[in-house]
Amino acid sequence: MQIWILLSLIVCLAGYGHILGRRRAVSIFQTDVISLHSLPFYHGAYIALWVLIPAAISIVFWLTAQGPIIENLVISGLSPATQALPSDRLSLVLHDIVNIASGDIPTKEPSLEIKAAAERFSQLKGLSNYGMVVVSLGLGIGCIWMAQRRLSPEFRARNQVERIITFVMIAASTIAILTTIGIVLSLLFEAWRFFLRVPLDDFLFGLHWSPQTAIRADQVGASGSFGAIPIFAGTLLITVIAMCVAVPLGLMSAIYMSEYASARTRGVIKPLLEVLAGVPTVVYGFFAALTVAPFFRGMGEGIGLDVSSESALAAGIVMGIMIIPFVSSLSDDVMNAVPQTLRDGSFALGATKSETIKQVVLPAALPGVVGAVLLAVSRAIGETMIVVMAAGLAANLTANPFEAVTTVTVQIVTLLVGDQEFDSSKTLAAFALGLVLFFVTLALNVFALRFVRKYREKYD
Amino acid sequence: MTEPSFEKIAGPGAAMANSKGLMPDREAALVRRRYRAEARFKALGVAAIVCAISMLFLLVGSIISTGWSAFYQYEIALDIKFDKAEIDLTNPRNANYGGLVKSALSAQFPEVSGRTNKRTLYGLVSSGADYQAMEVVLDDPSVVGNTRRVWVLASDDIDSLLKGFIDRSLPEADRRVKNKELVWIDRLKTDGRVRWSMNTVFWKSGDSREPELAGFWGAIVGSFFTLLVTLALSFPVGVLAAVYLEEFAPKNRWTDFIEVNINNLAAVPSIVFGLLGLAVFLNFFGLPRSAPLVGGIVLSLMTLPTIIIASRAALKAVPPSIREAALGVGASKHQVVTHHVLPLAMPGILTGTIIGMAQALGETAPLLMIGMVAFIVNVPGGVTDPSTVMPVQIYLWADSPERAFVARTSAGIMALLGFLILMNALAVILRKRFERRW
Repeated sequence: MQIWILLSLIVCLAGYGHILGRRRAVSIFQTDVISLHSLPFYHGAYIALWVLIPAAISIVFWLTAQGPIIENLVISGLSPATQALPSDRLSLVLHDIVNIASGDIPTKEPSLEIKAAAERFSQLKGLSNYGMVVVSLGLGIGCIWMAQRRLSPEFRARNQVERIITFVMIAASTIAILTTIGIVLSLLFEAWRFFLRVPLDDFLFGLHWSPQTAIRADQVGASGSFGAIPIFAGTLLITVIAMCVAVPLGLMSAIYMSEYASARTRGVIKPLLEVLAGVPTVVYGFFAALTVAPFFRGMGEGIGLDVSSESALAAGIVMGIMIIPFVSSLSDDVMNAVPQTLRDGSFALGATKSETIKQVVLPAALPGVVGAVLLAVSRAIGETMIVVMAAGLAANLTANPFEAVTTVTVQIVTLLVGDQEFDSSKTLAAFALGLVLFFVTLALNVFALRFVRKYREKYD
Repeated sequence: MTEPSFEKIAGPGAAMANSKGLMPDREAALVRRRYRAEARFKALGVAAIVCAISMLFLLVGSIISTGWSAFYQYEIALDIKFDKAEIDLTNPRNANYGGLVKSALSAQFPEVSGRTNKRTLYGLVSSGADYQAMEVVLDDPSVVGNTRRVWVLASDDIDSLLKGFIDRSLPEADRRVKNKELVWIDRLKTDGRVRWSMNTVFWKSGDSREPELAGFWGAIVGSFFTLLVTLALSFPVGVLAAVYLEEFAPKNRWTDFIEVNINNLAAVPSIVFGLLGLAVFLNFFGLPRSAPLVGGIVLSLMTLPTIIIASRAALKAVPPSIREAALGVGASKHQVVTHHVLPLAMPGILTGTIIGMAQALGETAPLLMIGMVAFIVNVPGGVTDPSTVMPVQIYLWADSPERAFVARTSAGIMALLGFLILMNALAVILRKRFERRW
């Protein structure tokens, strides 16, 4: 909670700076109306910004830097024997120290050394917090002093404030780039560590996936092999099933909405269909696992088929339902953009409406429709919750939709959820899968957008 | 623009031609076939829409039908003797209330003997009955030394039985509730010691391993904190970025690059953001696991593209004449934006933000990656406390084996959908009320 007090103190300081600046400007204003360049407000804002920005930067910097620095100090204070431990054991020791320092009761009585280190840890932490308060507040006060010295009738406070704001805006707009870089770097880095242990071609072309690494040499069923083909095949199977549902339903809905429906029916149907995309995926997952999968299983039993209770069919069909609006909305837009003259020309030749649609509108809109389908495919590949809840965990290499298969996203979730350690091939494999997922969806999106754009240019 | 329908163009003419014998039979048959194809195609379109929308109703219907029963709960009346010897009034929290509840049950059914039978008997009421007894003493210490009738929660199996989900005609071995329990419950019923009441536990408490004690409030509060962080980060950053890109940015490679990035981020699978959060925020920066703080940061990165794209559309919709008029009376470019363009675009920006928040509220996958799946009983009190959020709580309950959790899950989904409907309705109202057509 201390951080909130600090933040509100800094805001108060900025408010004080604002009032100070305004006062100064107003007093100048009363004596010398002509030469005051900027409105009093900007003089105040100038000082307030000079308080807020340096203080905020210093706090963020302090908070990110203090953790590693304190840890290093604590480790260097440990006995040489403890310091010589391998890094994973050392991190466990550190974990114990942090826990004891934060007041948790340890499972076993800690050694004196650990206790002393915990003491030191809390001491350093307190010192660091104290330092942060002093530095940020001191910086704020110093900045008020510096900034108010610059105020004068000729001072171009407005231009200065606007320049600062522009910099803040540029910084905000680069966050999107930083996010992308962060994603790519973190995935690449962890995946690279994975490929140091498992060769790339074993991963991409191996036929056997069983990520449990053996802890003992004689352990059964823990081969630790990372051949991702069964996972890719499972993802493909579920995606194909989903598209078999979504493409016909979505496309026919789009055709009806754009070519047959009146504006009023369209106004009702389109939002209703879009509700399908707004339902949280965890709800679909529950629906698939609780209603759809048992239904198919029962039906399979009825006709003597062996349907797994985690069949690819259930997950795929429910995912298809979720994706209908992605196909229908975009296709609808694209078909609406086909010029009416093309349709009129076709009608004039005596074609019926459906013939016009099939032979004129759809071919004209095809690039856009393909783009919509590609976007939907990328959505299906990246969808997580439905498959986590309704598809299986075992990596079977099969094309039978009644069997359980697993997908890339399911594997990422099962490999990472609940796992604290971060160096095993098992957890790193999740990042390798994430890398593949990221680049495949990225490629699909870039392709799809290019298709859609090309089409739009054609009739603009 | 109304287009001429086929019937108007070809229908009457073709029919006339046929009746006057101008059209040979073969051609007439062809026309009829084409008409039939036309009708078929249109019917296919209707069928597709009906199919898609009926799926929506099936989904909602199946959830309501399984979930409504979680909103009420059965209670059993026990005459608990608050023994003076058992309860120390200076420290009333420390007494053995479980023992009091058990002796009350034994007093109700004096004929029950034997350890297994007794254990089954004690299983009639929820394990939360102890706390309910304690609450009675804490509310009114004068009860100590007296006997009072207390309504305590029935256990989940008995609750399911009373709600009619357990078939009494099944053979005993296949039934979760045994014959002797049926006898006891029937006797309690005839004594008027069974009643149902609204399920307040669900709206008041955090998660629990016992279905009858599991509540959604912890998840609601967790979602609130998470969304608070998301909003605090993504709204200012999103609006600033949108204003820069739309109003100030020069058209060059760099801004093109930013735009491409934003569009691509909008399509990155959400789980990848979870991987980012795990690798960068948890492992690199060492932020706490399971905390709304990290969840909020990850979700704000996810919703940022939505907010930026919506805000840019809203800014673009403000006509240039407004800007030119303001510039004409001597405003600087920043003054034009902050005094005129931004206020006019605000309804659109807010609508986009609410829709982005609604997406973030329903998001599950990235939060699984950063450890918000932990079993957390306490209602979180701040953004760094371990907590869970509504969709993740739903996922956790959906994984639980107890039958009673199915109803809880559906009830949680209904609550989540309620919040989503509320947010989207707010967005629609904002748009309807404040949107201006220029």
